[in-house]
Amino acid sequence: MTAQAEAVRERLVGSPVRRVEDPRLLTGAARYLDDLALPGMAHVAILRSPHAHARIRGIDVARAAAAPGVAGVFTGRDFEHLNPLPCAWQAAGTENHVVTPRALEVDRVTFTGAGVAAVVAETRAQAEDALELIEVDWETLPAVVDAERAAEAGAPQLHEAAPGNVVMDWQCGDEAATEAALANADVVVSQRLVNQRLIPTPLEPRGAAAQYEPATGRYTVWMTSQAPHVMRLLMTAFVFGIPETSMRCISPQVGGAFGSKIFLYPEYVLVAALAEKVGRPVKWVETRRENYTATTHGRDHVTYLEVGANRDGTIAALRVRTYANLGGVLSTIAPGIPTTLYGRMLSGAYRIPAIHCRVLGLYTNTGMVDAYRGAGRPEATYVVERAVDLVARELGLDPAEVRRRNFVPPDAFPYDPGILAGLSYDTGDYERALDRALELAGYAGFRAEQERARAEGRYLGIGLSSYVELCGVAPSAWIGTGGQGWGAGLWESANVRVHLTGKVVVTTGSQPHGQGHETTMAQVAADELGVPLADVTVEHSDTLGTPFGYGTYGSRSAAVGTVAVYNAVQRIKDKARRIGAHMLEANPDDVVYEDGRVFVQGSPETAKTIQEIAATAAVAYDLPPGEEPFLDDTAYYDPPNCTFPFGTHVAIVEVDAETGEVALRRYVAVDDVGRVINPMIVDGQVHGGIAQGVAQALWEGAVYDDEGQLLSSSLLEYALPKARQLPRLEVERTETPTDVNPLGVKGAGETGTIASTPAVVNAVVDALAPLGIRHLDMPLTPERVWRALSEARS
Amino acid sequence: MSRLVVTVNGVERASEVEDRTLLADYLRDDLGLTGTKIGCDTSQCGACTVHLDGRPVKSCTVLALQADGSSVVTIEGLGAAGALHRLQEAFWARHGLQCGFCTPGMIMAAADLLEQGGLDERAIREALDGNLCRCTGYENIVRAVEEACA
Repeated sequence: MTAQAEAVRERLVGSPVRRVEDPRLLTGAARYLDDLALPGMAHVAILRSPHAHARIRGIDVARAAAAPGVAGVFTGRDFEHLNPLPCAWQAAGTENHVVTPRALEVDRVTFTGAGVAAVVAETRAQAEDALELIEVDWETLPAVVDAERAAEAGAPQLHEAAPGNVVMDWQCGDEAATEAALANADVVVSQRLVNQRLIPTPLEPRGAAAQYEPATGRYTVWMTSQAPHVMRLLMTAFVFGIPETSMRCISPQVGGAFGSKIFLYPEYVLVAALAEKVGRPVKWVETRRENYTATTHGRDHVTYLEVGANRDGTIAALRVRTYANLGGVLSTIAPGIPTTLYGRMLSGAYRIPAIHCRVLGLYTNTGMVDAYRGAGRPEATYVVERAVDLVARELGLDPAEVRRRNFVPPDAFPYDPGILAGLSYDTGDYERALDRALELAGYAGFRAEQERARAEGRYLGIGLSSYVELCGVAPSAWIGTGGQGWGAGLWESANVRVHLTGKVVVTTGSQPHGQGHETTMAQVAADELGVPLADVTVEHSDTLGTPFGYGTYGSRSAAVGTVAVYNAVQRIKDKARRIGAHMLEANPDDVVYEDGRVFVQGSPETAKTIQEIAATAAVAYDLPPGEEPFLDDTAYYDPPNCTFPFGTHVAIVEVDAETGEVALRRYVAVDDVGRVINPMIVDGQVHGGIAQGVAQALWEGAVYDDEGQLLSSSLLEYALPKARQLPRLEVERTETPTDVNPLGVKGAGETGTIASTPAVVNAVVDALAPLGIRHLDMPLTPERVWRALSEARS
Repeated sequence: MSRLVVTVNGVERASEVEDRTLLADYLRDDLGLTGTKIGCDTSQCGACTVHLDGRPVKSCTVLALQADGSSVVTIEGLGAAGALHRLQEAFWARHGLQCGFCTPGMIMAAADLLEQGGLDERAIREALDGNLCRCTGYENIVRAVEEACA
């Protein structure tokens, strides 16, 4: 065998292959939304409500319309023929009171930042100048920004359709069994937890551009979206009321998203409608302030937990009541996040005999809240991992030991935690990851070091988080309308074509925005086909030319989208075997496909390469009877189950007793995301996720004042982490493949964020334990910690 | 409108610009050099970092006319596919980028560090204080800069 053939056989899956998308990104050649310049393009600026709750008595646009360069000024009245945006995921099994935004609001706003008018002008600067000339006659109304207060009698009411400001009142688990188990438990610990509101903050702001062809009635819309196919469906069928085929949606290079670019936003609808109104292409790109007020936020839960445990530390029951703040109107999948993706994950990595969770979703005069990296699972993990530490503290037990005693053991898989509505955790070895994390962190020796530090007046703390999460969100029948309320399916698709020259094109319905699909999907396709990586091109993010897909979120592109690629390649190989057998004048049952070659079993010296077979299939001069030309197949993959990554993270902190500042000294993560396609990319996903989760614990928080003004409305006030605030991240893995899909992959996009927040909070609380501090709410800013220290000392 | 003469990536460019035009907008809109990114309104993110007469500046905080008579280098002038600068090469090898939006600014800021030389991990972290990344947790960015500095 030649050296070249040997090289081809080296497995790409599992290797730290350099990303194929990087050269264009490194040289500034990649084209993001704002880099788009269409011939004759005009620019859009949007007037946003300065009030959190107000009626619009009237809008005078005359002066703005006469301003230099202005092509048109529009208000909500101009778009009343368009439907409000759809809410595509309503909480299952309960009534949802749904109020969603319109392209521009017509007579009322319920949060600062809601769009009420738009200017189209020759330049962005002229459009912004003209905004200042629009006069709105406002009637301000009382505001409520806090979910618990919104639920109180007498609170300002936001929507007639939502009495008491309630979006939904949802529950899962066994209420009676939980009540009984709590009554019988040796100890019951109660705690109120605030999981503060976060702002996702991808470095690229959102934007959209559109053009309209009157002759065909077709729109082309470019948008910063994680799900262009879904955007097209929602905009055409639900908002515009036109055939889905009359619109093409394209996500160009997308600069980060973290969930915030999943959703259909008013501006996408507005920009498409404006292109038609003004008869020329238009573009809108939000400012960072707009990103902070008008793009979705995440988290924002207030939770009351009660955890019952036996003296030995085994957990008997968990009761959770959560107020979920969903903002002034509902974003696309808002009600699904604090219900299915939160309540149903409250068993964590543990056998908990009885769980009950009730979630009250509320409207408040704040920005929309929807999925942000982790989406419900970080909130659930925070509750569970704080609860475990509270139990350990109450009983005077080692937190690592309490976790060990409650873990779902390796022989219990598949494990049904009882609240997953029929799904089961797939595979796991939770103790192995815990043991390795403790070993790396030097847990055994840490307590002695902590004691010595305490003697010197220094506060060191160590915190654990042993999580399990849910990835690869599907199966359609489970998540869909008859199950968890999602308004569609959640399968993914892939098309694979082998061209005459032997070059391979993979098209996917999923949508990368930093994850590296062009590399990882090519690794899988190249390995399976037995061709060099450079021969595979992955195309995506354009409804023209890619099969329908639901998009990239919920860590589903490896466990769902890439499995579709794998399955499509298997079909290509089946056809290649038939054609190859014909070329070899052999029986198709006697040939095998190996390393890019088809040969009669036992006779590899006489083989046809995939390139030869592809050419034969493409020219079609001599095919087996009845065989269609060309190697081209599409697979639609709907998994039988979700996947459940897990692991243990350990944070070591030092609290400055004088200033209250928390320094993160070390951070150790041992994750198990199943089989790994590209370890370099998985490590990167974990690093980034950890930074975001640590930042929630220590620094980040969206702050509204009582009138509903967003005080943290720019990067000046919102504390995104910086390089100097983080230590070297010590990341390792165990590898327990899933049996859900043939690749064994589970998903890795969110584990870091899900695991890290409670690890850091547990570490800070551990550091301050000698002062009697049992819990602190996030973010653990120097001020908050200093106040707690002062209170504890006095 | 005022006349602006500036050397960008080694080529002299003469333009008429509105006085209020920011250097970032001039590079992107007038010259089509869209590798320089705009990620915030308040000079926090650093995605717009370019070199002005050899020093890194946030081009969203410089008026285009302030660059009159000066020399500007953007990411497009640092290296090209097939002939990458050693920092670009290190970012690629170390997976120092994910979505890529902060990358041009991050690399332009780090390029200045190479001139300083001899920086350890802590010093690199401090020096990149003006550049935000939301994807990488900075881990592989720091490793890439360390590698390029070595």
